[in-house]
Amino acid sequence: MTSTQTKPGAAHNDPTAGPRAGVAIKPPAPSYNRSRSRNKTSLYAHGEPMVWLTGGALAMCLLMIIGLVALIVAQGVATFWPGPVVRYQTLDGVRAGETTRLENYSPEDSVFERLPESSRAAARKMVADNGGVTGRRLVRIGNYEITGEHFAWVSDFEIAPGADAVSTPPWMLVVERLAWGRFYGEPVGVVIEGKLIPCEPAEAWKLFGEHHPAVRERWEQRRRLETGDIGVINHRAEQARLALRAVEMKYGKESPQWRAEHESFLKTEERDKAEFDRIAREIEALNNTNNGYKIVLRTADGTESTLGMADIVRAYPANQLSFAQKSVVYLSRWWEFLTDDPREANSEGGVYPAIFGTVVMTLIMSLLVVPFGVLAALYLREYAKGGILISAVRIAINNLAGVPSIVFGVFGLGFFCYIIGGGIDQLFFSAKLPSPTFGTGGLMWASFTLALLTLPVVIVATEETLAAVPGSMREGSYACGASKWQTIKRIVLPRAMPGIMTGMILAMARGAGEVAPLMLVGAVKLAPELPVNGVFPFFHPERSFMHLGFHIYDLGFQSPNAEAAKPMVFTTTLLLILIIAVLNLAAVFIRARLRRRFSSSQF
Amino acid sequence: MTRMTHKMPSKQDQPPTGHAVEGTASAEQPGASPVAIPEPVSNNRLAAIARGENVTSLTHDALKKEVPVVEVKNFNLWYGAKKALFDINMLIPKGKVTALIGPSGCGKSTLLRSVNRLNDLIDNIQIKGDMLLNDDSIYGPGVDVIELRKRMGMVFQKSNPFPMSIFENVVYSLRIDGERNRRTLEDVCERSLRGAALWEEVKDRLHESGLSLSGGQQQRLCIARAIAAEPEVLLMDEPCSALDPIATGKIEDLIQALSGEYSILIVTHNMQQASRSSDFTAFMYLGRVIEYGPTLDIFTKPLCRETEDYVTGRFG
Ligand SMILES: Nc1ncnc2c1ncn2[C@@H]1O[C@H](COP(=O)(O)OP(=O)(O)OP(=O)(O)O)[C@@H](O)[C@H]1O
Ligand SMILES: [Mg+2]
Repeated sequence: MTSTQTKPGAAHNDPTAGPRAGVAIKPPAPSYNRSRSRNKTSLYAHGEPMVWLTGGALAMCLLMIIGLVALIVAQGVATFWPGPVVRYQTLDGVRAGETTRLENYSPEDSVFERLPESSRAAARKMVADNGGVTGRRLVRIGNYEITGEHFAWVSDFEIAPGADAVSTPPWMLVVERLAWGRFYGEPVGVVIEGKLIPCEPAEAWKLFGEHHPAVRERWEQRRRLETGDIGVINHRAEQARLALRAVEMKYGKESPQWRAEHESFLKTEERDKAEFDRIAREIEALNNTNNGYKIVLRTADGTESTLGMADIVRAYPANQLSFAQKSVVYLSRWWEFLTDDPREANSEGGVYPAIFGTVVMTLIMSLLVVPFGVLAALYLREYAKGGILISAVRIAINNLAGVPSIVFGVFGLGFFCYIIGGGIDQLFFSAKLPSPTFGTGGLMWASFTLALLTLPVVIVATEETLAAVPGSMREGSYACGASKWQTIKRIVLPRAMPGIMTGMILAMARGAGEVAPLMLVGAVKLAPELPVNGVFPFFHPERSFMHLGFHIYDLGFQSPNAEAAKPMVFTTTLLLILIIAVLNLAAVFIRARLRRRFSSSQF
Repeated sequence: MTRMTHKMPSKQDQPPTGHAVEGTASAEQPGASPVAIPEPVSNNRLAAIARGENVTSLTHDALKKEVPVVEVKNFNLWYGAKKALFDINMLIPKGKVTALIGPSGCGKSTLLRSVNRLNDLIDNIQIKGDMLLNDDSIYGPGVDVIELRKRMGMVFQKSNPFPMSIFENVVYSLRIDGERNRRTLEDVCERSLRGAALWEEVKDRLHESGLSLSGGQQQRLCIARAIAAEPEVLLMDEPCSALDPIATGKIEDLIQALSGEYSILIVTHNMQQASRSSDFTAFMYLGRVIEYGPTLDIFTKPLCRETEDYVTGRFG
């Protein structure tokens, strides 16, 4: 083998060998050496380092992403799990509630000054023995109207000596209320139909269980009346008032037209008044009935407090629950979280309006940005003749993606809300001025703003996929006698559809997670009404709305009860991530189906 | 070039005889007369072309008897500053298969794509001269290119089925004309697929993607698409170059079957293919048509030495 290899090599080297032959040097076998050196491929040539480099980069990314998601999932999933209520006998009193967090710290000397004189020395010694560090726990003590605090720290050295200083009293109830946060206490009596019945905790709990659902049912009914029926009446009254105002602006006050309109306005008002009174009486009756049902609770330090059953969302004896019962509480909290309105400055209750707002806004945004971006990309790629101008436009679009999102918010507020919305108000809603209709932040303007924000993503993605449509397909279409637009519509766009979907997925992910611009153009802490409801015209794009991203910011940084809001930050974040994931998965699924249609068996 | 002439067997040194032949511009080129073509003239011809001089092409008399479907008249084409076609004069006969052969880069595709003005899509193109499709000008002012392309079909070197069902692929040209009648579409689809010898293979899967077919089937699908609108002329640019011998055979049979009904202009690199399936052959070199005549004559007794060298595989 080697000898046969050498021969052509030597022959190949004839020109060089020629002159050397005179010196009678045997020609070396260069090709033999060459093949040897080729066999020894270097590590670098094998690409081994690149495998490690690329793999390492991926691993780093994964690690960070998995870490973040794991943190959110762990915290978010655990939030609603009911924990025990622990009663701490401290040196200066009693604390009872749910333990939320444990940590170690080095207490300053002033901390010990607050302890009773007699136990200071012992506490100091205990901490000093432990190297100056002591553990402490954050206890959600609730009962805000009595204690004035939602949470309290209990340090190890504060706990009174004795085996029963830390206990879990079996009848401590966790009571979630509409207002004032949670309440912890043992039931010592109930009020039923106005009559106080003092009794044992077990008996009181049983009676509470019997009457609470009916009371809550009445409360729900009252809420429906208030938001639904009275809302309709208010809406009608407002319409009538606006109609009258419009006539007044057109013909002047006391004109014949105005008189006629005024007449009908008064009639409507009268009829509505009667109906309003009827509903008010109904509400009054429900309230009166509910007021007869109360529960008397005794807190850990012996104070008794009477709570109306209607104000209690959920109560459970935390220390007696079996795993199954805990699961029921857990699921019922999730259900409330997903389907109910928020309460307690958003730190309790649900986020349904925010879910709704996020999804609707994201969908409207996609509906706006995809056609718009695709059309722009089509012009850039298919119609425009290349040149400096087009290159400049392209660079500008790419740079648009780097503009801080808050700038888009400012632009949206100035242009969409004030200029366009203000103009719309002048033209169509002048009767309602000076209170704005479209002239302020709202669902529609927020969607427009985010559509603008995500436009570069769609344009760039679409342009790339248009460029990737093979020229042979276009030529085939032209050769069949198709015009440019027919070719685009029938060949280019269908073929580019998966790529356009990719652009849409990226835009949705970007838009759904955006918060800063929304603060300016319509996302609010608490929206009184959903943008979609049963009142004509059913869809109200001018309304302000709640958004999960903004909700997270609000919970994390604006909540008066920060400790209670913190776990909700995680749950809400988890939910937002899940929603974005679901929207994306839906788009990915559609894209996969499209791809399958266009994939070729040919290579 | 000189090397080439040296290698020529002596028997081919004799001037071609027996065939009446005439250069399209014999007045300017006395050497075009058959008996008068001595070997040096032949050499001068290629040398002249290489120098960029005007050289007229040899067109056999047999073509005079044919009815033209496409007539190329003094056609010149520039890609930017580079001239790709030089004074092409050709008649493409009706109902016959005409093959374009020549070494790579000689302008076959350019000429073919000029017939249906597909070159218009390229920027920086310049054209002088005209073509006629059944006596209608192709490059005249005010010609509707889209209407024009509807009268021709084209099959590309690489099969390019559209990302849609087989059915929709075939009836594409009817669709863009707004045809909605289901019966008409189905009839055309079946007829075209039968015409392209594909019907039996795909009749049960008409609504599957056209991209799910094999390479040879895809090419026949493209042929079906090209003949669906009953074009006046069918242009084929190396339709078999990406196919295996069996698929090539099928497509050659198909071309045979289609000739008579359709006028076909086909570019090919495969001499056997040209000789088997075409009626007329034009040999192109560096943007000129060197010789154009009945296939049998071009392959067995060409008038030009260059043609002979090329078809026997001595150069190119
Ligand atoms: N779009 C273009 N721009 C500039 N020059 C081009 C373009 N297309 C073709 N040419 C040039 O025109 C000449 C003819 O090209 P053409 O594609 O017609 O050759 P061909 O005979 O089809 O070759 P092949 O057998 O390899 O397909 C070539 O020299 C080529 O470089
Ligand atoms: Mg070609």
